[in-house]
Formats: sequence, structure tokens, C-alpha cells
Amino acid sequence: MRTVRDIGGKGRASARLPFRGRLSPRRGLPFRERVGEAASPSGGLRGGRVPGGRRAPGGGRGDEAPASRWAVPPLLLLAACEGTQSAFAPHGIQAERIATLGWVLFAVCGAVLALVLGLAAIALRGPGRWRAALAGRRTVLLGGIAFPVVALALLLAYGLGVSRALVLPLAPGEAPLRIEVIGRQYWWEVRYPDAGEGAVTANELRLPVGREVELHVSSGDVIHSIWIPALHGKIDMIPGRVNRQRLRADRPGRLRGQCTEFCGTQHALMAFDVVAEEPAAFEAWLARQRAAVPEPATPALARGRQVFGEAGCGACHAVRGTGWNARLAPDLSRVGSRLTLGAGALANDRGAMAGWIAGAQDIKPGNFMPSYARALAGADLVAVAGWLESLR
Amino acid sequence: MSSASTDAAGFPRPGAAAPATAAGHAARTGIADTPNPLPRPPGEAEALARAWAFPRGWRVLSEVNNTLIGPLFLGTALLFFLLAGVLGLLIRLQLVVPGNALLDAATYNQVFTMHGTVMMFLFAVPAVEAVGIILMPSMLGTRELPFPRLGAYAYYAYAVGGLVFFGSLFLGAAPDGGWFMYPPLTSREHSPGINTDMYLLGIGFIEISAIAGAIELTVGILCNRAPGMTLGRIPIFAWAMLVFAVMVLVAFPAVIVASLLLELERALGWPFFRPEAGGDPLLWQHLFWFFGHPEVYIIFLPAAGMVSMMVPAMARTPLVGHGLVVVALVGTAFLSFGLWVHHMYATGIPALSLSFFAAAGSAVAIPSGLQIFAWIATLAAGRLRLNEVPSLFVLGFLFIFTLGGLTGVMVAMTPFDWQAHDTYFIVAHLHYVLIGGMVFPLLGGLYYWAPTMGGRLSDRLGRWAFWLLFLGTNLAFFPMHLSGLIGMPRRIYTYPAGMGLELPNLLSTLGALCFGAGAAVVLADFVLHYRPSRAGGSPWGAGTLEWLPGGNWGLRSIPRIASRYPLWDRPALAEEVETGGHYLPGTATGRRESLVTSPTEAEPQYVGIVAGPGWAHVVAALATAAHFLLLTGSLYIPSLAAGVLAVAAMLWWLWHGTDHGPIVGRIAIGGGIVLPDYLSGPRNTSWWAMVVLMLADASVFACLAGTYLFLWLVNAAGLWPPPGLVPPWAGWAALSGLGWLGAAGVLWAARPGPGRRGGPWPHRAALLAALALLAGALCLDLWAQWRAGVRPDAHAYGATVFALLAWQGFHVATAALMLLYTVARSLVGRIDGVRRVTYDNTALFCGYTAAQGVAGAALLHGFPVLL
Repeated sequence: MRTVRDIGGKGRASARLPFRGRLSPRRGLPFRERVGEAASPSGGLRGGRVPGGRRAPGGGRGDEAPASRWAVPPLLLLAACEGTQSAFAPHGIQAERIATLGWVLFAVCGAVLALVLGLAAIALRGPGRWRAALAGRRTVLLGGIAFPVVALALLLAYGLGVSRALVLPLAPGEAPLRIEVIGRQYWWEVRYPDAGEGAVTANELRLPVGREVELHVSSGDVIHSIWIPALHGKIDMIPGRVNRQRLRADRPGRLRGQCTEFCGTQHALMAFDVVAEEPAAFEAWLARQRAAVPEPATPALARGRQVFGEAGCGACHAVRGTGWNARLAPDLSRVGSRLTLGAGALANDRGAMAGWIAGAQDIKPGNFMPSYARALAGADLVAVAGWLESLR
Repeated sequence: MSSASTDAAGFPRPGAAAPATAAGHAARTGIADTPNPLPRPPGEAEALARAWAFPRGWRVLSEVNNTLIGPLFLGTALLFFLLAGVLGLLIRLQLVVPGNALLDAATYNQVFTMHGTVMMFLFAVPAVEAVGIILMPSMLGTRELPFPRLGAYAYYAYAVGGLVFFGSLFLGAAPDGGWFMYPPLTSREHSPGINTDMYLLGIGFIEISAIAGAIELTVGILCNRAPGMTLGRIPIFAWAMLVFAVMVLVAFPAVIVASLLLELERALGWPFFRPEAGGDPLLWQHLFWFFGHPEVYIIFLPAAGMVSMMVPAMARTPLVGHGLVVVALVGTAFLSFGLWVHHMYATGIPALSLSFFAAAGSAVAIPSGLQIFAWIATLAAGRLRLNEVPSLFVLGFLFIFTLGGLTGVMVAMTPFDWQAHDTYFIVAHLHYVLIGGMVFPLLGGLYYWAPTMGGRLSDRLGRWAFWLLFLGTNLAFFPMHLSGLIGMPRRIYTYPAGMGLELPNLLSTLGALCFGAGAAVVLADFVLHYRPSRAGGSPWGAGTLEWLPGGNWGLRSIPRIASRYPLWDRPALAEEVETGGHYLPGTATGRRESLVTSPTEAEPQYVGIVAGPGWAHVVAALATAAHFLLLTGSLYIPSLAAGVLAVAAMLWWLWHGTDHGPIVGRIAIGGGIVLPDYLSGPRNTSWWAMVVLMLADASVFACLAGTYLFLWLVNAAGLWPPPGLVPPWAGWAALSGLGWLGAAGVLWAARPGPGRRGGPWPHRAALLAALALLAGALCLDLWAQWRAGVRPDAHAYGATVFALLAWQGFHVATAALMLLYTVARSLVGRIDGVRRVTYDNTALFCGYTAAQGVAGAALLHGFPVLL
């Protein structure tokens, strides 16, 4: 095993992390040492389990030797994928047209391959008359110039036609729904500017079925690329630019998207959920996003909110209506209602929430969320996870 | 149509060829008999062997001959193929199941970055370059390439630099931003470690080595051929290498510029790629892919050239459509430079531009298709010996490359590419193209040409290797077409279960292991059967000159050739050549000589002296490598010392090893032809080398000028130059322009030549005056910009201005060194009316510097005025 380099170690990032002096994400600190800290009895999770039944990674096995502690492959915790991410399973007209183009290309290219192989077979051991017919410049001129020119021109014309057909004409007065998606290492900020200031979420893109949507994509750090294969091809998110893509979901469903431009250590775990739903359900969801979160209903929830503040979570995260407004990390206003955590890393439930807070660096090493297993007592961890899960 | 019959000696006799009698030969070639009478005087062959003998023992490291450096070069490239292949296997083992924890994310990112980088820069390009260095002299019928010392320098720099670069992986210091290194991920802010510097400096310097090799090959192919080998008779592989070399000269500068700019941003804060200071991350992508797309064809074309040699030989019939294939090679080169946006379809480029690039991307399929049909027609005309290992690799190539080419047509279609881009579909496509288009021909070529350099390899092991590699390739990469389109992006260290990716990934890993086994069989075959010698004979009955017997000196005597397959015309040629019946059968000066011929008609021009063993180039190569690697570690003082040592070693090698002047005066090479042993001006090979170097130089300048214009386009009106900045008064540019032109003018006016009066002082004065004028013009340009308040670290405008000026400054510094060197040569009496190659080259370089200075001033001063 190697040490994990650069954990949270980009100067910019560590400057904004709370508990900088004590917490694990320090540049160049070996994995072993960090997890050893995380699992130390003073701040570890008693019993190694958090409510919800999920083991907090790296936590709770304080009696074991450090070497065996970090040997648990954290990726075993990864959520199994739900929601399609296939270009062959289109949920919208754009992806459907591209899929058709793909099938045509497969057919044509398959036929050309068969033709070339067939001619090669004839050239090798075919009947003498056929071979004689092939053995001349005419073969080169016909097969090597005339045929590809014609075939490619036809394909190109068709391809350009499909390209144009991907931007659907708008009815008079129809405005597409604008959604801003900002790629960040390694998560997605999603904003609905048409719905006002507060309509912000993260790592989840909800859109109404049947309505034209225009994605305005940009980046907060490095180049990312947003890809929802069931809806459309990908479009890059480039610092200093805003790229736009029009798409439409035609069927409700849960889809998956992922970053496709290599963006650093955790490029692999930068996915998001896409939920296409009926317009009414979508509007209801959007309205709920805008609203301030309710006051904690129970003392336990109140304690969770208090821990959230004391632990400094608000230095990076926003929760609407609380005064925590930072944009450095995902907006948590309705995090309890999201399908996954950690940009598609874990299926969302209370146990996963506690596990993520305790061991984000073990689940997704190198992301900018510190592991709080040591900083938070077990009860506090449970409380803050409970409060966040209540934000629905 | 040709028959497949062979004559008594086992040589094929194509139907089109006249009977192989002396009279028939004379009728076709105009040579009545061998130009040098037989038998040859005793001792002639021994003297030749003495002149070309290798130093003994460990001193052999000072040898520069292509028969030693070529195989070493190829062996090193194949070593990197194995090393990067092991990294590929690691990638496949990590991805064999979802959520695997064999490699952690950070290590995985280094591994995939190094796999791509090493395969592209340390294996593919050097490997084809090495095959060129091995085969070119014998295939062209010359003793040696014109600059063997430069070739050896390129080799040592590459070998040492490459091994250290690879070693960075074991220190965790290997690059981890992908072989494409996109900023801002690779900026100081997001990648603060030295990993990125390792790439920028390490690879940048290995590219310089590639350019050195390309200069050597270009000039060699143009100026060192057997008499009578006109452009129309050059073997296809030599054409392919010529196109390869020119493409390297034009394309590699783009990535060198990109690396330099990024390193300047990282080290000094010049904001080329930072949008908040007028830069643009897309600038990198344009520069990188302007190199990166031609790179694919740089790798593929020589391999296609190998196929065009193997198919006729293994089918025993001339290549059908020879001229068309040459046109296809050249056409591919041109088209490939119009394709770079192919890699940037998803960056938000306007639809109209995308249509243009989609058309260009489709068009480039035509020359490849043309070659495929030329091979098919040739196969039909002859009869391929199916059981031979080279034939198997050719057929495997045909299948894999055609499939890869067709998926290339698919991704040329913009909307399809939006789905396929940066997914495993592309991984499948590029491996089909590169393994099919490069590795298979290369391995086939190894089995095919091994007899010319070290005995035949095992047929049995070769067949095993072929089938393992062929099945492995298809099993590993075919399922990736599927895994990509069902949602697997590239460069991910893990993927979730439940997306349907488990089976395709398992198959891919099995296929990769199968491929690895095939590579191991090839390695075993080499270890068991490869012994450097020329004892392998000519087992395939091929028609081209590399199958003539010879030694370190290439051919004992150099024949005049009259067709594309001289050995098929004249089966006695081998014996005539070996007994010394043809041109230049010995050594006239006692030194290593080669015949220099004219570029188009290949008429003999003069007998050139080529370099023998020495240490200066070894020291220079090691010091160059040390300079760049120390720079990576920010050890500036040792790095500077190494750089000075490198330059000193080069000056030593130039002083003692070049521009020797006339030695014996005139040499009779046979057949009544008497040639000088020294010529200056455009017939001299080093004049050609300087011109070819200027092509690479101009490409760098064009990339920098392109950077300026691109950033102007990106910045909205009124922001270039940024508000508040008034460009300097144009009069300063006019003044510096006078300086640039004056420097070139005095060097031209005072050039030495026969019958010029005044002795050596006019040209010495001119050299010093040119030095003063160049330095003055540069200072004026720098001062004018600085005075106007332009600063390199404030805005991309200033950064670009100073990048152009820095490039010009580098030229002035080099010119200064050359001018002083030339003055020194003159002071010791080594420059006169006849012996003036050094002066010519210095003047040529200063003339280029002047032209670049004027062009730069016109851009920097004229453009803001036009706006």
C-alpha cells in the first residue's frame, strides 16, 4: 500500500477546513497515520457502528493494530448503481436521435468491415478470375477513393443533419428551463436561477418531463465535463466559460450522470443523480428547495444543529435560513432528501450520513471533506447526522 | 499481372521485369558493366572495415554507427513498451471488479498517466524512429545517415531521460494529470507537486531528442541515397519515414510550446491559461491537440510504410498503386494537421467549426482506405505466404486497424462523439488504431527484418505470439466499445456495480493478460534467438536494397539503381555489390565516407565524411538530461552547470568533428565519376540540416504567434491589450527591424568565397557587427515593451508578448554563441573561401533569427495598431 498524497492538501482547500491543526487532512500525512488518529479511543465511535447499521469506515476498531485498520477496502462501501447511465437507454429525444445515429454507424461500419475482410479473403485465396479482377490500380481507385468519398459524404451529411436536429425549435413564447450546473472537485452545484435565489441543490439534477431544459455549465476550479448519456452527449465545464446544452426528458425516471473529463484524484467518484419527474412533482420539489429549513423539532435535532455549527461545517456548507451560506461545499439545505451522498459515492440514509461525516477521506480519499471521526464524539456524530437527515 | 514463379536462385521474377541478364540490365539501367573493374585491389575491403570498425570493449559506448545505435534505440523503446505494458496490466487488474482496492486513487492516476505518456513518447515515436535509423541507410543504399553523432546524442538523451522519467513512478513523483495534462488541473494551484514539472520538462526534452532524430532522417532520406534512386523509386517505407520526420518537425514544437507556456505559468506566474487574467484553458488544448492528433499519424504512417514493404515481399509482387500510396502518405500528413478539434467536440466550439472538423475527420479516412485497398490489390496480384510470421502480423494488422479506423469514422460524427468522447469507447478505438496500426506492423517488421540485423527469429514462437496478441487485443478492447457506451468514462479508478460493467471489464482484463502473454513470448524469442550480426541472409526474397549483404559500413560498394525493386531486376546485384564492383568500393580518405546525392534525381554530389566514435556527444547527452531533470527538482545552480557542460561538449564536438574542409580533394568513385570530398552551400548536408531545423523553429514561432492571436480572439474587444495599457511606439519596432535586417545583411555582404578580396577581416568584422546588431535589436524590443508598462505576470497579453520575446532572445543567445564560435574558427584559419560551411550555417541561422525578429515585431507592434 502506498501513502495517499495530497489529501485535502491543496493549500487553498486546507485553509478553509475547520480544525486545521488537529484534523487529518494535512498534506502528505500517510493514510495509516490519519486513520490511526481517526480511530483513537478519545474521539472514535464506540462499538464501531453508527445508528443505521453501517460501519463507519476506519472508525471504531481502536483496539486493533493500525496496520489492519486501514486494510479495509473502503470502496466496498460504494453504492451499487441505481439509475441508468447508458447511451443505449435514451430517456429523451436528443439521446434517442444520437442512439439512432449510433446504430446506423454501427451497421454501415460493420458492412464496410465485412467488405474489406471479404475482399482480403478473395485476394488471398479466392478464385483466380476474382483475384485477377482485384489485382490492379482500379481496385485502389474504386475501393480506396471513390467508395470512401461517396460513403463518407453520405454519412457526414446524415451526421450533420442529426447534429442540427438536436437543438429543438422552441414554440413562440416558450422559454427553456434554465439550470446552472457548476462542476467542482469532486461534486456538482446545481442552481435553478429562474426559481429565485434559494433554489440550489447539489449532486442531483431534477427536471420536469416534457419541458425543454437548458443547462448552463461552468466550473469552479478545473475542467469537468457533464454527461447524462440517457439524455444527451457531454459538454465540458471550463473555467472562464459558460457552455450551454439543450435537452429534454421525455419519460420520468431515475438516471445517472458522471464527470467525464479527468479532474483530479477523485474524478472516478464524481457522479450525480438525475431525476426526471412530472411537472407538478418537479414544481413541488423546487418550491421545497427554496424554503428555509424548519427549526429542529426535537432536542436531539437541535443538538445536531448545534454540533454542525461548533464543528465548523458552516465554513464550507450552506443551510438555508440558518446563516450558514458558504458555497465551498455542497448546499445541505435538503440533503436528507437526496438519493446519494458524496457525489454518488453512497446511497443516502442516516447510517451512510454518519459514515460519510466520520470517514469521508476513507470513502473518497482526496476529496475536500475531512474525516470527522476523531473531531466528533460518537453521540455528536449521531446527532449531526440525524439533523442533516431530517432536512428533507 | 505477375506470376509467382521464382528463378533458380530463389528470387521472385515479376512478370513485368525483363529477363535478368546482363544485356537486359544494361538496356534498363544504362550500365554496361560494373563501374569499378573486378577483382578489386587487395586491402581495399580491409581498409573499409578498419575505417568503420567499432571501438573494443566498453569503449563501444562511444560508437555512433547506425548498426549499433539503431538496435539499441529500438531495444530501449521496446523496454519502455514492456514497462508501460505492465502499467496497462495494473490498470486492467484494478478494474477487473467494481470497487477494487488494488491501487488507490492517487496511485492509479499516476499509473494511467504514465501508461499513456510512456507509450506515446517513450515507446511509439522512438520505436518507429529507431526502425528508421536501422533500416534507412541500407534501404537507401548508403553507408550511413549524415549525422550519426546527432543520432547517438538523441539516443542517449532519450534513454537516460526516459529511464529517470519512468523511475519517478517509484518515488510517487510521476505525473498524475493524464498524458494530455490539461490546465488548470495541472496549474500550480491544483497540482503543486513536482509531478507535473516532471512531465513538462522530462517530456519536453525527450521531444527535443525526437526532433534531432527527425532532422537526421529528413536530411538522410533527401541527400543520402544510392545513385539513380529518384523520388519515384524511393521505397515506401523511406517515404513514410520522410513524412514522419517532417510531421515530427512541425507537430512536436506545438507540444514543446504548450509545455513551455505551462511551465512559465507554474514557475513564474505568467497567466497563459488563467481566465481571470486574460488567459484561457482551451489554449492548451488547441496547442496540445495540434500536436496530439498528428502524433497518431506520426506513429501510424511509418508502420503503414512497413506494411507496404512486407506485403510485396511476402506476396512476391510489386506494390500495386505505389504512386497512390505515396500520395496517401503525404495527404494524411496534410489532413492530420487540420483535425485537432476532433478531440475538442465537447468544449463548446461553435457548430459551424465542428462541421468543418467533422468533414476533415472523415476525409482523413480516405488515404488510409486507399492504402488498405492497395494492399488488397497487391495480395490479389501475388500470392501471400500465409504461414510466415510477418504475413500473419500483416493480416492481423489489416483486421484490427480497419476496425479501429471505422470506429474513428464513427467518432468523427459530432453527435455520436458527444456520447463516445472520454469513455471506454474511445479507449477501444485508440487501442485498435494504435495496436493494430502500429504494434502489429512493428512486431511483424521485427520478424521480417530480423535477418538483416541479427538472424531469423523462431517461426513457432512467432506464431504463438501472433495468436496470443491478436486474440488478446480483441478480447481486451472489443468489449470496451460496449462498456463505454453503457456509461464507463475513461480515467476512473473504480466503478460501481450494477451498471452492467462487470462482464465487459472482466473480459477486458482477461484479454489484457492474454496480450501480455503474447508480448512475453516475443521477448522470449528475442532473448533466445536474437544475436546481432548480418548473418540472417534474405529469407523472403524481397526486392529492396536492405537485403543486400553488408557490414557496419552498409554496402561494400553502392550500386546505381533503376527501379523500385532492384534485387528482382538483377539477382547478381548482391555479389557485385559485395565484391566491390559498384561505386565507392573502399575508403578514399581513410575515414568514414558516404555518398551524398541530389534530393530529387539522386545524382552523386560529393563524398561526405561522416562522424566516427567519440565521447563529446555522450557527455552532451548526459549533461542535457541532467540539466532538464535537475530543473524539474528546482535545483537551479546544478542545472545551470549541467547546461553549460552540455553546450561545451557540443562545441567541442563541432570544433573537432565538423567542417573538416577538403581532405584529398577529388575522389574517383568509379564509372568515370570524380567527386569532391567537400562542398559548401545548398549541396552540403549540414546546410540542409540547418534549413530543416528552421522548419521546426518556425513551427515553434507560429505556435507562439498563434497563442497571441488565439488569446486576442478569446478576449473581448478592448481587452487585448488590457485596458490602460498603451502598446509601445511603433517607431521602436522600425528601429529594431533595421537592426534585425542589418545583422542578416552584413553577414550576407561579407560572406567569404573564392576570389573575394580583403582576407579574413571583412567577414570577422561582419560576424561581430551582426552580434552587436542582434543584441541591440533584442534589447530595443524588450526595452520598448517594458517602458510601455507591459509585464509578463500581470495579464496574458504581457505573458504572450514576453514569451515571443523570450523565444527571440533564445535565438539571439544561440546566434551569439555561433557568431563567436565562427570568429574563433576564422582566427585559427579554419574559414576561408572554400572552407566555409560553418560560416554559411551561422549566417543562415542569423538570417532566420532576423526574419523571425521582423515577423515578431510586426505582430507585437503592428497588430495592436490595427485593432
